[in-house]
Amino acid sequence: MKFKDRLNSAVLLDNPVFMQTIGLCPTLATTTSLSNAIGMGLAATVVLICSNIVISMLRKFIPEKVRIAAFITIIAGFVTIIDLSLQAFMPSLAASLGLFLPLIVVNCIILGRAEAYASKNKVLPSALDGICMGIGFTFALVLMGFFRELLGAGTILSGYVGADKLGIQIPGLYQYPAAMMILPAGGFLMMGFLLAVIQYFMNKKKGDK
Amino acid sequence: MNYFAAVQAGLPGSMALTDIIFLAISAVLVNNYILVQFLGCCSFFGVSKKTDTAVGMGMAVIFVMALASIVSWAVNYFVLVPLELEYMRTIAFILVIATLVQLVEMFMKKAMPSLYQALGIFLPLITTNCAVLGAAITNIDNQYSLLGSIVYGVFAGVGYLVAIVIFASIRERLEVTAKCPKCFEGFPIALVSASLLAMAFMGFSGLKIW
Repeated sequence: MKFKDRLNSAVLLDNPVFMQTIGLCPTLATTTSLSNAIGMGLAATVVLICSNIVISMLRKFIPEKVRIAAFITIIAGFVTIIDLSLQAFMPSLAASLGLFLPLIVVNCIILGRAEAYASKNKVLPSALDGICMGIGFTFALVLMGFFRELLGAGTILSGYVGADKLGIQIPGLYQYPAAMMILPAGGFLMMGFLLAVIQYFMNKKKGDK
Repeated sequence: MNYFAAVQAGLPGSMALTDIIFLAISAVLVNNYILVQFLGCCSFFGVSKKTDTAVGMGMAVIFVMALASIVSWAVNYFVLVPLELEYMRTIAFILVIATLVQLVEMFMKKAMPSLYQALGIFLPLITTNCAVLGAAITNIDNQYSLLGSIVYGVFAGVGYLVAIVIFASIRERLEVTAKCPKCFEGFPIALVSASLLAMAFMGFSGLKIW
């Protein structure tokens, strides 16, 4: 499969979050703002790429019976590296991701790709698979984070751009934000509506054929 | 400093009984694992299609979380802290939990076949349930005592059970009676009802006990 097709399938047709509905915990919990969503997405992507590469390199040495434990150990090693580096170089991001940074280790997407792809394929395709799946996951997080921050706080990218790092303020929404959207209930609601929109277009596409 | 002195120095202080009771209530209602903290969402949506399986999964989670809290607490304060290996926490805990789940599964199969019939299929799912690792890390981050850790583990599990059973019964009802737009059928409407449930649990955040 070509890189372009694979990227297309990972981001749109077979998106791990929207289509396979795995990896929901970080998707719901860390998307209270766009910057958190990007941070989480990139951290998970780096872990995914590295663990895919290492697992695919070691695929002939890992015994079949203990493979899950071996995969988890490799993933946990990379998660620790990311966790400690973020705490050292980006402490504010690490603080706002909090518990969910070490919890990347139990992200179903990473273990799922290790089991389904990296343990059966060569190094380069596995690395590409990691990149594509990572982009798909980040895309889903960014979509959630963008709309939740927009509706819940009326800003875009708060914490990184604009005056006093308050983000780009959207007039109207900033004065009267629907604060529920950045609360837990809003996470479920936004996810439900995004999935409904996707289902609407899928149904429409099916109807056309 | 020898090993025993290092263990002594690293142990967290004991907790007052009122603190522990408050911890238990807040773990179930105020900081409910699924609906407020989003820990364990994958299995929450995965196994909440029927109330029976939801109850089984909830019970298995309580059981594993209680055990994992004890074992991870012991590993942290008797191995990692005295040897100054705290940075290995994530790796150590996930391995301990994976091993623990495997052992529990083997033990149950042999000693309690009827319980294994009921809970067995859920056990492998629990290894990658972030609620278990989340509880272990929270216990250490907040420096709970051993009793506090066990109580927190058990009652966070009870919170999981409460949420998943309520949600499973809502979903069962949705299957038969609810009429919704076609694009909302299935998973999206389940998420919207989870959102309403989370809103109901938000009411508990103002809870003041004393």
